[in-house]
This record gives sequence, structure tokens and C-alpha cells, in this order.
Amino acid sequence: MTHIIRIVRLALKSLLLHKLRSGLTMLGIVFGVFSVIAMLAIGEGASAQAQRQVLELGATNVIVRSVKPPTEVVQSSSGSRVLSYGLLRSDYKILTNTIPTITKAVPIREVDREIRHLKESMNARVVGCTADYLEMNHLTLSQGRFLTNSDQENLLNVAVIANEVANILFKFEDPVGKSIRIGSMYYTVVGVTKDRTASAAIGGSLSGQDYNKDVYVPIKTLQAREGDLDIKTQAGSNTAEQIELHQITLRVNDKDAVLSTAEAIRETLEQTHPRTKDYAVVVPLELLKQAEQIRMIFNVVLGSIAAISLVVGGIGIMNIMLATVTERTREIGVRRALGARQSDIVEQFLTETIVLAGSGGLIGVVFGLLTPVTFLGIQWFVQNFVMEGNTAGSDVGRMFFDLQPQIAFWSLPVAFGISVTIGILSGIYPAISAAKLDPIEALRHE
Amino acid sequence: MRLAAQVVDLTKFYDLGSVVVKALRGVSTDFPEGDFVAVMGSSGSGKSTLLNLLGALDRPTSGQYFLGGRDVSTLDDDELSAMRNDMIGFIFQSFNLIAQYSVLENIEVPLLYRAGYPPIGRAEREWCLELANMVGLGDRTDHRPFQLSGGQQQRVSIARALVNDPQIILADEPTGNLDSTTEAEIMDILHKLNEDGRTIIMVTHEPSIARQTKRQITMKDGLIENETLIKQSIPTR
Repeated sequence: MTHIIRIVRLALKSLLLHKLRSGLTMLGIVFGVFSVIAMLAIGEGASAQAQRQVLELGATNVIVRSVKPPTEVVQSSSGSRVLSYGLLRSDYKILTNTIPTITKAVPIREVDREIRHLKESMNARVVGCTADYLEMNHLTLSQGRFLTNSDQENLLNVAVIANEVANILFKFEDPVGKSIRIGSMYYTVVGVTKDRTASAAIGGSLSGQDYNKDVYVPIKTLQAREGDLDIKTQAGSNTAEQIELHQITLRVNDKDAVLSTAEAIRETLEQTHPRTKDYAVVVPLELLKQAEQIRMIFNVVLGSIAAISLVVGGIGIMNIMLATVTERTREIGVRRALGARQSDIVEQFLTETIVLAGSGGLIGVVFGLLTPVTFLGIQWFVQNFVMEGNTAGSDVGRMFFDLQPQIAFWSLPVAFGISVTIGILSGIYPAISAAKLDPIEALRHE
Repeated sequence: MRLAAQVVDLTKFYDLGSVVVKALRGVSTDFPEGDFVAVMGSSGSGKSTLLNLLGALDRPTSGQYFLGGRDVSTLDDDELSAMRNDMIGFIFQSFNLIAQYSVLENIEVPLLYRAGYPPIGRAEREWCLELANMVGLGDRTDHRPFQLSGGQQQRVSIARALVNDPQIILADEPTGNLDSTTEAEIMDILHKLNEDGRTIIMVTHEPSIARQTKRQITMKDGLIENETLIKQSIPTR
């Protein structure tokens, strides 16, 4: 033990003789270790983000959404000018009645309407749904109540509004009990939901949802008041779409049954929609697994890139040590003359590289721990100098700004270990070539 | 008289492919304990080769070299290292101190390589200090080599040569890089060591230095040309 302390002390002494050179050499390893930890932390953060988003959809949920089929298909299949596609109320019935593992199901229809209260107005997404919507979308109420089954049965004109809607329409009043106009109908506000962070887009079939500009009404009321036809005025022309349901969110009783249930849903819908595939089945659990795989790929790719910089650092060490061996040939000769064995010389030079790489690794680990701070700086820079206009609001932008690097703590000892290993690997050749020097030649070396 | 070292019919050939250089062609001589020998000779005479062999830095092609009761010519590399560490003290023409070490640490270097790596304790430190005092550098133990004059550096290297209490001291032109005043100081120290009973073998070019020793060996063409006992003033020529 005293021997190890002694050789480490001597190695430090030799390294400190050339402080700048040792520092610069170490820098290669510092950045290598730092980038390994930082890259893994960002990868880890991104995957945690993806997992969070998927879990928000509910791990035991299966989401079926209407998808507009390609236009050629539509034109050939229907002669009318009204586009008719998507999930049907009969689909909802068949699914809930025939698949026993489904415990809850919420049919959803979404229309964009102008909503008003006195002089205030805004455009909102009106969501026709049932009582289970609240729980299945992880929404919470700040006041009042959510829609109930009796609201549905009695076709009541009641609405629950999201917090932001409440803030815009009811600046100074309590919205509960007041009436709002949706399209041409009046509804009574019975509840307000709390803010909920928007869900990001997942896959191609599920776009991001901003829950804060929603108005929830009973789906049966919506159907009775508005019908299934949705007429949109766009750039002077009208398009009419007939969609019975935009989405059906289904809850499966057991996590293990999710995948088989999803399969059953797909098969059922294939039979009821034989001609066009105007729906998509989104399984958050599948997405979760995909996210997991993407995480692995991310980690491997980012880790390899970072590892390259570690290797470059190692080459730097090797280069310097080879130069050092040449420069210190005389010293090696003197030590040999004074009784150092070849193994002593190997030990000496190897210790120097290990100390160099190891302390570089330690500093790199400290830098790595500061990754979240560094990343904040990068986000600030991007926000102020790179992003323009709406980019920040886009899905990619939101993903970038929501990203929080999570330091994978296993990566700290791993990165440190790799740096020490690189120290050994890059030191071994110079050390052996130093030891193999002929002492007589080495002593004569100028 | 006990022998500190003995060489018997020592040869050293270097095979350079096309030619074989016969650097030593059969050298035999004894080094009694307390001897002070000057090895002289022009360059190419084989005196450097002889010194390397005496210093256990190399093995002879044939012949024997007895040091401390062992035949050095049969030892492997690690054993040669142990031999150099334990039995031989080197003093070089260009001092060869280790730049990053202080005076005291330079004196300690041979202690680093002792068999079994015993820890350097207080006793060893005090011994190194004592040696530093002996060569007159007791007040400069923290200095680094570049802060010392040539003569002072050579004193450090003398102290270093003594630290493991060697059987013989090999000095390779120890005053070659020094002015005449310093030369005299270094020679004084060597004389004192010799008076204390140390065996010193010194390679030198300068007859004035060689005359200060007890015995003079002149090499020529890989052989001992003649030996002179100076102290007794018996010319063998």
C-alpha cells in the first residue's frame, strides 16, 4: 500500500513538472468523459420524456382514432361531396360488447366552435365525451363537477370548460352556473378543469393535444344539437365531413391483456371497415416499448459518439507519453543504473498515464454532473439565437425545451472506469518501450 | 587482502553484422577492498565497456566478474538491476540527477528500488540527511537540481551513490564537467570516502586526476596495457 502511494506520489511529481502539458493532455479525457455522461444524460432525459408522454396516454389504454383516408380512395368509394369516414357509433357498441377485457370506453367527438359568453368569445375545441373522460385523460377539476351519465341520458346542455377557457370568457366571475354559447346553442357551465400539460404528438396518428382550450359536453347532447356533419369553411370553399366518432378510448382491465386486446380490436375493426382503413389503433404500451428501444438506440449512438472523443483523448495521452519517454530517456537510464527493474519503469510510466487519465476522468465526472446546468445554457442560447418565430411552439421545439437531461448514475463510474482503462491502454506501449531501452544507450542519450 | 571485485579473462564482443567489434579481449584484474583505481585510455580502448561491465549494466561475452561473492556474468536482467541497486554506486560525468526531484529525493532514488520495496521510513530519511550533510549540502536538501551549481550537483550524485552502502563506487569522469576548483573539492570527497574504506573505480582522461589515486590501469585495444601503483611509486614500465 505504501508502495502504491509512493509511486502515485512520484507520478504526480513528474506530471507537475510540466503542468501545462499534463493539463492539456488531461483535457482530452476530461471532455471525453464529460461528453459520455452528458450524451447519456440527454438520451436518458429524452427517453424519460417520451415515457412520460406515453404514460399520460395511459399504459392500459388503447386509443382508436378516425383517420381521413387518402382522397383517391374517398372519391372512388363515395359519390357524394360529403366526405364520410371514421369510426361509427356501431363500432363503439361492438367493441364494448364483444371484447370482455375492456373495462371502460369513452367515445369522443371533437368539433371546433366559437364559444361566447356576453362580449367575450374564443375558438375552442368542443369535445363530446362521457363521464369516464375525466379520469382516463388524467384531468382534475378545480371547481364544480364533470359530466355525468344522467347528463347523457337527458341530453342536457351542460358543459365543463378548461381553465384557460374559463380565464378568457369569465375574467371576473365564477363560471359555474353561467351559460355559454357554443355555435348556436346555449350550455350551462357545470365545472372547470385544472391546467394540464399538453400531450405531445405520438406517431403519425395521434397529434398533440392541448387540453387547456377544451370544452367538454355530453356526446349525446353534441350529437343531438350539432349532428354528425361538420362543415368547415376554408379559403372560400366549404368542405363537409361526416364523422360519427373521432376517437374511442378504451381501458383494458390488465396490463398483460393490452396487446391481445389491441389485436382483437384491430381484427374487429377490420371487419366493420372492410374497404378503407379510416381509423388507427394507437397502443401506448406498444409506444412505450418502442420508446424503450429508441432509448437504447439513442444511448448506443450518442454513447459511441462520446466514446470517440474518449478514444481521441487516449490517443493524445499515448502521443504525449511517447514523446515523454523519448524526452526522459536519460532519466530512464539513470533509474535503471540505480537499480530499477524493467517492471519498475513500466510501473512508473503506467502510473503516470493512469493518474493523468484518472484525474481527467474525475474532472470529467464533475463536469458531467453539471450537465443539466450546461443544457440550460444551451436551451437559452437556442431560444435567443437559433429559434425564430413559431419554431419554439412546434412539437420539436416543445420537445427540446421540455427536455431535462437526467444523469444516469451508472454512467459516472462507467465513464470513469473507461477513462482509466484508456489510460492503461494508451500508456502500456510507451511504458514498455521505455522499459526495453538499453540502460547503456539510455545513459548516453542526449 | 579481501577483494571487493574481481574480473577474470573478461571479453566483450559486439556483433555488428558485417564485423565483430572486440571491445574487450580478455581483461583480468582484482579490486581489493579500499582500492582507488583510475582507468585510463584513449577512446575506443575498451575502458567504457569495462566500466559498463563493472557496473553490471551489461553482461560479458565470456569470462567472469565476481562482485559480492556472485558471478555477475550469469545473472538475468532483474538480478543485474538488484546487483546495481545493492552493490554499486554510480557517479556520472554529467551528474544525471532527476530534474523533478529535490536534493533529498534524488538521494533517495536508489532506496525506491530496493528488493521487496521496503517503505522509506524515518531511519532512511535521516541517513539521506546525513549523507547530504557529509557532502556539504545539508542546508540545500529542498533545492532542485537546476538551482545547484555543477559541483553541488555532483555532490548530490555522490551522496546518492552511497545511500545503499555499495560494495564499489564507479565514477565515470566525475570531474569532467567541472572547473579546477570544484574538481579539487570533488576529489577531496572521493579521497575521504576512500580513506573510510570505500572501493572506488574511476574512469578519467586526465593524468593529474589519475595521479591522485592509488592505482592506475591503462587500457589499449581491449586489453590492460599496464598497471601502475602510484601511492607506492613503483613504476612497472
